[in-house]
Amino acid sequence: MCEFWNDIQQHNFLQSALMAGILSSIACGVIGSYVVTRRITYIAGSIAHSVLAGLGAARYFQVVYQWEWFTPFYGALCAALVSAIIIGFVSIYAKEREDTVIGAVWAVGMAAGVLFIFKTPGYNEDIMSYLFGNILMVSTEDLLRITGLDLLLVILGIIFYKRFLAVCFDEEFARLRGIKTELYYIFFLCLTAITVVLLVTVVGIVMVIALLTIPVAVAGQFTSRLVTLMVFSVIFTMIFTSAGLVLSYGPDLPAGAVTILLAATVYLAVVILSRVFRSSR
Amino acid sequence: MNQEVNRQDKVVELTNVYFSYGKVPVLENVNLTVSDEDFLSIVGPNAGGKTTLLKLMMGLLSPQNGTVRLFGDRPDKTRFRIGYMPQNAELDFAFPVTVMDVVMMGLLGKKTKQGLSKRFEKTRAREMLDLLEIGSVHNRPFSALSGGQRQRVLIARALAVDPELLILDEPTSNVDAAIGRELFEILSELNKRIPVIVVTHDIGFVSYYVKNVACVNRKVAVHPTSGITGEIISEIYGSEVRMVRHDETGHGRAASV
Repeated sequence: MCEFWNDIQQHNFLQSALMAGILSSIACGVIGSYVVTRRITYIAGSIAHSVLAGLGAARYFQVVYQWEWFTPFYGALCAALVSAIIIGFVSIYAKEREDTVIGAVWAVGMAAGVLFIFKTPGYNEDIMSYLFGNILMVSTEDLLRITGLDLLLVILGIIFYKRFLAVCFDEEFARLRGIKTELYYIFFLCLTAITVVLLVTVVGIVMVIALLTIPVAVAGQFTSRLVTLMVFSVIFTMIFTSAGLVLSYGPDLPAGAVTILLAATVYLAVVILSRVFRSSR
Repeated sequence: MNQEVNRQDKVVELTNVYFSYGKVPVLENVNLTVSDEDFLSIVGPNAGGKTTLLKLMMGLLSPQNGTVRLFGDRPDKTRFRIGYMPQNAELDFAFPVTVMDVVMMGLLGKKTKQGLSKRFEKTRAREMLDLLEIGSVHNRPFSALSGGQRQRVLIARALAVDPELLILDEPTSNVDAAIGRELFEILSELNKRIPVIVVTHDIGFVSYYVKNVACVNRKVAVHPTSGITGEIISEIYGSEVRMVRHDETGHGRAASV
């Protein structure tokens, strides 16, 4: 741990990593709270995995067709948004097939990504690092992008708070109140998609759902209001991402995995303690 | 909008309405009119189409055939004038909201020139809770309430709309008989001002309060409360129904008719 404190003062990449974790925690806590209370964790998971298609495609077009501007980040963003819109439309207009489509988008995204990566000439191992996170590779440019998207998500999350709350709690009542619930649902899935892309940098595709849900589950033990749930979730996510980074640095472990295991351990401890506390009262 | 002008005798009007989920017919050839002063109870077996009928009235579902008019217009244009209480089971009780959060949802989409101030919203929500005699729980989590309290919170939310029609889906499920009666006392008080439509399992004591009963089992038949007999009930429910005589209420009704 001391090693981390010494090094962070000297190395920019460590400062960037820490900042990336803290910044994306804000969007993660806000949007994660909606995702958990609306019970669409698996949609978030599906969107996260489909991101590989975007990453792979971007790299392929960069290398084969020299589309320099089409960075893996933009690829990821496109794939996530497309998946969100597909899932949204299917769940609104063909409700009985929703889970099939969630599963299909999940796997098709991965498959397309694997094919693109396979067909891209040269060394592409770094794309694979998106699967498990690469927070130590965050650049200053990434950091700016994270900040921008973070601001966008939080502002939208706050502006539409009342409406999202009403739609998540009771969709039909919200429709009677004149809220276009279908539109809000798709809009909300798009916000989830953007959050997922931010989190892919921090913990990687495979572990996004954990970071989106576990801090909210921990926070849920302490509050029963959506707005406080968001605030607590943001704080817990910040603690988990920062601590994960610090703990993983010394022994040179993958930060994403350490973050998730740490979060899960805390969740387990909180659940057990609150049970003990409640039964002793 | 001037309420006086828009008020009219036929609040809800369904003409030759057919509805099915896929190939399963749920409602067939429904003709139903709800008037401005009505207190209509919708009864019938489970999966007989009661909730579907409500959702058609509110434009949340569209019929395959026939027309639905709400306040003389397409339901999706006029449904903001409804105060609606959904069935208990349709909500997620673990959802992190307080009682006030829930009631204030009834004020969403209210358009006034200056918009609604936060203070006005809070005062109004409190008034609704007080009206239903649950003002004391306003700061509690919705998940921590008893069944009867939850029903009342949802009714308070429906009333916060300042509705011109009140629609409630099983407001007396999961509450004991005494609370059920209290709820119906409140509803018949409200019925002095606005029409009320209630889905209920309980045909017993309810008949003391309501004016008409719509029996729904794929087909819809409306009877005035005074005309409900054992034959009509077993016709709707099939043969398993046993009548239980409620002497007190039966008496009261007979006296008032």
